[in-house]
Amino acid sequence: MRRRIRGLAGASILLGTLLGLSGPQGAAAQGAKPFVFTGIPDQDESRLVERFGKVATYLEGKLGVPVRYIPVKNYPAAVTAFTNGQVQLAWFGGFTGVQARKAVPGSQAIAQGAEDAAFKTYLIANAATGLAKGADFPKDADLPKSADLPKGIAGKTFTFGSRASTSGRLMPEYFIRQAYPGKTPEQVFERVGFSGDHSRTIQLVQSGAFAVGAVDYSVWDLDTKAGKVDPKAVSVIWESPTFPDYQWTVRGDVDAAYGAGFTERLKAALVGITDPAILEPFGRTKFIPVTNAAYAPLIEVGQSTGLLD
Amino acid sequence: MRGLALPRPGYAAVSRWFLGLGLAALLLADLHVTSLDPYADLMRLLGGLVRPDVLAVEGTSILYTVAFAVLGVGLGAGAGFLLAIPFARSRTVRIACAFLRAVHELFWALLLMQVFGLSATTGILAIALPYAGICAKVYAEIIEEADLAALRALPPGTGAVSAFAYARLPEVAEALRAYTLYRFECGMRSTLVLGFIGLPTMGFYLESAFRQGRYGEAGALLLAFYALIGTRRLWVRARTLPLLALGAVLALPATVGTTAIGANLARFLGHDIVPAPVRGASLLVPESWAALWAWLRPILWTQILPGAAQTLVLAQVALVATALGALVLFPLTARHFAGPLARPFGRLLLVTLRSTPEYMLAYVALQLLGPSMLPAILALSIHNAGIVGYLLGRHADALRYRPDAPRGLDLYAYETVPRLYGQFLAYLLYRWEIILRESAIFGILGVATLGFYVDAAIAELRLDVAAVLILATALLAIAVDTLSRALRRSLRIADLPVRLSAAPPATPAA
Repeated sequence: MRRRIRGLAGASILLGTLLGLSGPQGAAAQGAKPFVFTGIPDQDESRLVERFGKVATYLEGKLGVPVRYIPVKNYPAAVTAFTNGQVQLAWFGGFTGVQARKAVPGSQAIAQGAEDAAFKTYLIANAATGLAKGADFPKDADLPKSADLPKGIAGKTFTFGSRASTSGRLMPEYFIRQAYPGKTPEQVFERVGFSGDHSRTIQLVQSGAFAVGAVDYSVWDLDTKAGKVDPKAVSVIWESPTFPDYQWTVRGDVDAAYGAGFTERLKAALVGITDPAILEPFGRTKFIPVTNAAYAPLIEVGQSTGLLD
Repeated sequence: MRGLALPRPGYAAVSRWFLGLGLAALLLADLHVTSLDPYADLMRLLGGLVRPDVLAVEGTSILYTVAFAVLGVGLGAGAGFLLAIPFARSRTVRIACAFLRAVHELFWALLLMQVFGLSATTGILAIALPYAGICAKVYAEIIEEADLAALRALPPGTGAVSAFAYARLPEVAEALRAYTLYRFECGMRSTLVLGFIGLPTMGFYLESAFRQGRYGEAGALLLAFYALIGTRRLWVRARTLPLLALGAVLALPATVGTTAIGANLARFLGHDIVPAPVRGASLLVPESWAALWAWLRPILWTQILPGAAQTLVLAQVALVATALGALVLFPLTARHFAGPLARPFGRLLLVTLRSTPEYMLAYVALQLLGPSMLPAILALSIHNAGIVGYLLGRHADALRYRPDAPRGLDLYAYETVPRLYGQFLAYLLYRWEIILRESAIFGILGVATLGFYVDAAIAELRLDVAAVLILATALLAIAVDTLSRALRRSLRIADLPVRLSAAPPATPAA
């Protein structure tokens, strides 16, 4: 019995010692430091694995360092991985990018999809609600002064995407607050949910679990193309005014870690992606250069909805 | 309790209070089913268990689940053992341990992730920290309850270490071993659940499979998990322990990417979790305190109080549902009620229910039924009724009956249940705190308990708010634990076994 206890104590000491080794220092010691990136899990995971796997292979060829992708389970986990330095690059949504750059001074937005400069939210509704696409959609290129949401959504059940999603939470919440001054979404709708990602939002509205939902238009298009949307059960009832969204954001310390000019080479590599096999799973035609300033409107929106200090 | 002028409550009174509270909570609970066709999804889910897709299982996730559990529980039990020695004497140690175990391992993981990233260190420490707190308490209880006869027989002048090693340890070693083995089973469940927030354990793949409706893969993963739990007595033994520990260390996943732990820790403790208005401010000036209160007040009114209320509502309903479920289920495994053919199936059912992590049950139930309290109540009561029912079944088998004892329902209602009732209450009061901790955590899945607000604070990158909410959750858990112990003492059931590892033998002693 004593041996057993001694074994137990010995084992825990062993663990204590090895725990230190198994940490990051161990990994850092081996050869070239891998360049690690992640992306917010905004849709079906199989599509994420496909798109980011291709990006990793592509970047490894262009940059000459080992490139690894870490999958995360939710939006804040992607921001956390960026702030604690586990990843140097991330494919963020508009709002998560703002959060990450605020938390990591010196980090920069370097490239966005061509579509991201003028991104849109779709409001979708289950067929049983009888809600249909309105005739007059606001087409203002800037952030709207007043959002003309379809009448009839008030009092229904409503699902956002992830809490930190731009097209699935921040912007729709902003439009809802504009359309119903002085009210929070919880006061406008019978029930408010957070589905976690856009594919799930579509499924929940399609199944009728929620009557109305806010969804990223590019994921709607991708899922429609993939045959996952039943047009008899769910349809788009409103298209939002445009706003800036997804972007690649890189930490400010990568030049120090991977050599001078690394950020520029990375930017050139991303902007230079022409292979449709890489772009298609993103739902983007190409990537274009961008700067932090492009996302200033989202900071304002974040502050006005209380999601950002 | 002695200070209170209340009459000492009896079993019936306490049962009525809890039943009344549970019913009142049920009126407040949101039981709305939003899914239109949960039945079809449920059938597909069960179909996955019947036709598991074994080839889709990621083998390394099984390895990591075992490795994290071995190291996390090993470290937690080791630290718990050391803390158990000063536990009875030091109030500070007791408070520290109460706090360590009052914070759920998922909350620990969310906090640790800020510093250590998605790494083995996060996974192991998230298990080790709360388990150190709980092991310290239980080990201390075991040591306290042990027979002191051997100690008294020692010659004068025996050193403290020798006295402990030769006179005390042999008395308690078996109980410690049984408890640690039980903790390991819990550790496996906890480790699996950590995968749901991104660590590379089986939960990672289970979450993906459930989310995308790949029920064949989910079924295979679950069956593999049940097999691991079911066979643990074969591979977790004193002799295999060093081998397991070494194997676990070697099997740990290499951390992808590096995190600057020192800088992260400094930022996390010195900035992130410091309330925003007092970051860098002096605590000596009254303005800082005014700013702190102005910051805390809305959190208290709009998050902590409603969150705590919903957490209690869920916990009270789930506790009563657990009680009723356990009363219905335990005859399935008891010799006098289930026939020789039905009993193995009853036992298999209850062991399966108890092996299924409640967080995963809640996740699945929420997917099937939509985000209301109903799936959370179902998950908590199914899992806990499985545990309590299984234990009551063993106690029922240990009862001796008169040869002319009645049979069937008469035996159940007039003899077995009355004789087991004190034990039944002891188990439920013990599970109360555990159910409360889980109720708070289920907020992450969308029920409006305290975890819901923690999840929101983390999504908004307000770790200071998250830290305050987690602290409030811990205090609520500690309050319930204290109340539960006072009630058990007042009912004079404080000495009855309440831990799985302390359950009676399945067959009555001759």
